[in-house]
Amino acid sequence: MTDFSAASARALAGPSWLVDRRVAAAEEFAATAMPDTGAEEWRYSPIGDLDLDRFAPGAGIGDAPMPRLDIQPAALVRTVNGRVVAIDVDEELVGLGVHVGPLVDHPDGAERLGAITADAGDHFTGLNDAFADEPILVDVPKGLVIDRPIVVTHHAAGDGTAAFPRLVVSVGENASVELLDHHTSDDEGQILVCPVVELDVAPAGRLGYLNVQELGATTWQIGSQLARAERDATLAAATAAFGGAYARTRADTRLVGRGAHGDLLSLYFAELEQTLDFRTYQDHLAPDTTSNLLHKGVVGGESRSIYTGLIRVRTDARGTNAYQTNRNLKLSEDAWAESVPSLEIENNDVRCSHASTVSPVDEDQRFYLESSGVPPAEAERLIVAGFLAEVLAPMPVSAAAHKIRSGIAAKLARQAEAAAA
Amino acid sequence: MSELVIEGLRAAVDGQEILTGVDLTVRSGEVHAVMGPNGSGKSTLSHVLAGRPGYEVLGGSVRLDDVELLSLPAWRRAEAGLFLAMQYPTEVPGVALRDLLRASARTSDDADEIERAMVVEAGRIGFEEKFLERPLNVDLSGGEKKRNETLQLGVLRPKFAILDELDSGLDIDGLRMVSGRIEEATEEYDLGVLAITHYSRLFQQLRPDTVHVFAGGRIQESGGPDLATELESTGYERWVEPAAAKPSAATLPEDPFADPLG
Ligand SMILES: Nc1ncnc2c1ncn2[C@@H]1O[C@H](COP(=O)(O)OP(=O)(O)OP(=O)(O)O)[C@@H](O)[C@H]1O
Ligand SMILES: [Mg+2]
Repeated sequence: MTDFSAASARALAGPSWLVDRRVAAAEEFAATAMPDTGAEEWRYSPIGDLDLDRFAPGAGIGDAPMPRLDIQPAALVRTVNGRVVAIDVDEELVGLGVHVGPLVDHPDGAERLGAITADAGDHFTGLNDAFADEPILVDVPKGLVIDRPIVVTHHAAGDGTAAFPRLVVSVGENASVELLDHHTSDDEGQILVCPVVELDVAPAGRLGYLNVQELGATTWQIGSQLARAERDATLAAATAAFGGAYARTRADTRLVGRGAHGDLLSLYFAELEQTLDFRTYQDHLAPDTTSNLLHKGVVGGESRSIYTGLIRVRTDARGTNAYQTNRNLKLSEDAWAESVPSLEIENNDVRCSHASTVSPVDEDQRFYLESSGVPPAEAERLIVAGFLAEVLAPMPVSAAAHKIRSGIAAKLARQAEAAAA
Repeated sequence: MSELVIEGLRAAVDGQEILTGVDLTVRSGEVHAVMGPNGSGKSTLSHVLAGRPGYEVLGGSVRLDDVELLSLPAWRRAEAGLFLAMQYPTEVPGVALRDLLRASARTSDDADEIERAMVVEAGRIGFEEKFLERPLNVDLSGGEKKRNETLQLGVLRPKFAILDELDSGLDIDGLRMVSGRIEEATEEYDLGVLAITHYSRLFQQLRPDTVHVFAGGRIQESGGPDLATELESTGYERWVEPAAAKPSAATLPEDPFADPLG
């Protein structure tokens, strides 16, 4: 594991506080055993197949084509292998004190990075701490409402590359913003991406965060999304996951201030031999907090999906409302969906519920459409798209919905091809 | 002129024979009413005709002109001109009526044309246009579901429509508009109708040529519209088999748990 040593962390560019931080993280990473499926958290994952020796951080830096998004963003940042290759920020926003760009360029950068990651995340969050080359900060000052989305795109390229995109989003008191975080990678070669995003919403702030994951077919992703919502803050954090050979996202959402609210949405569609893995924590630490989790996914071919989630209601969090729903549609015999929601409640004055289902396409729905003359393949497409529509509709950054819809359509077209073959 | 010819149709569910030999011919422009007791197999007949999975056809045939429908999948039967308005229309989350109509093999590829037809048909049956945006049957009231079925029928313009209790759930105005719409279709494009119902109120607008009494899985008797009026007062007692009626004391088996001293 020499490439992920403290020495290689020290070699990365940056101010001394950042270098020190990286080295400390690399030392801790080296001192900690790699997780295995013996740990509950990794139980259903193929983590044992990961051979870190096949990867090196930051290798093969180059530019990459800009994905077509058809969005007019307020600001755009693009990274390749975790390094910024382009920044374009609306001048007016800069004038209003908005920061979109390298975190090290912000006067409070050192405090912002990792401000909410203590005791959250996992082994690979730590690896990102050690090797995140160029963390990006989106900082929206107090009271500012931005009406167009900010877009950040990450691409990972090159066989053997390990990329560590890092994005810190900090929304000031009463401020409001939406952000699209778009991830792609080469469609071939061994690539490992360990993205970390931090979402920090100050009192009465509003953040709509949408992660669209369209990684290449051979890429592994082990990512972390760590969020904190303070008093009366509203967080909508959504993921649309399509790509990767194995793509995992661990999402920790902490509702730390009274009246904080979190909508946690995810839509996924796995095909062939893909594994899409979601691990969620809804952590209620303050009274009258609400979290609403809805994850809906489709598994076709020989693919797998894994959902394991925990609602945790702390002693002080009376008046909590927490919901957790995971629904899976199985398109083939060989596809497999694991769904394990759970609750851990330390206060009696709460309303919590969890539900999970794994089922094939409903025969009655199919017949209803077919008896009106809809051919079977078309009926299945309509039902699957309709199933996902429930979670797509409330997602933030509605300008990106067409992108997600075309992702679903492409998957459905390949399912139909596979069925016809 | 088309013909839907059902001959000796027998079908089972879970190994139990429900349809015991149905014979019925419907020609273009004709309205056939089917009335019969609960559980006699009317909905089963509608499902077997439309090709719903889960039924085992034991014998007989169903021809639409020269085409044997029983050997076709459901969507091909619809494409050939058969339409089913279900007694309990299924909810299909996230799929709007326009999605269904665009995907149907019976409509043209012209989305604007479908849109126009939807608006026109909605107006004819007093179906508010806001319902056109809703997912199919999700959160629709009973009567709204029946209007939704009728709207589909209006746009798909089938040759033959099987209406399974289309009147149930509709309010008085809804019933008038929906049954009036079907009656018009029998004139506009010669729609043939097989209308399953429990109440002759349906026939105020939709005029049946023939009324059939359906019991024990087949048609027991057929007559003119007067038969419907007669049934309203007599009920179905004459056609219900004695075995299905209340068993008499004489046929009761000896009670093995009876108190020997009692
Ligand atoms: N899936 C099934 N498994 C077993 N029996 C069934 C099934 N579906 C229907 N049946 C039985 O078949 C018989 C006929 O049912 P069907 O729904 O066709 O009656 P119907 O004439 O439409 O009644 P109603 O007037 O109440 O609508 C009933 O006895 C019913 O219980
Ligand atoms: Mg019935």
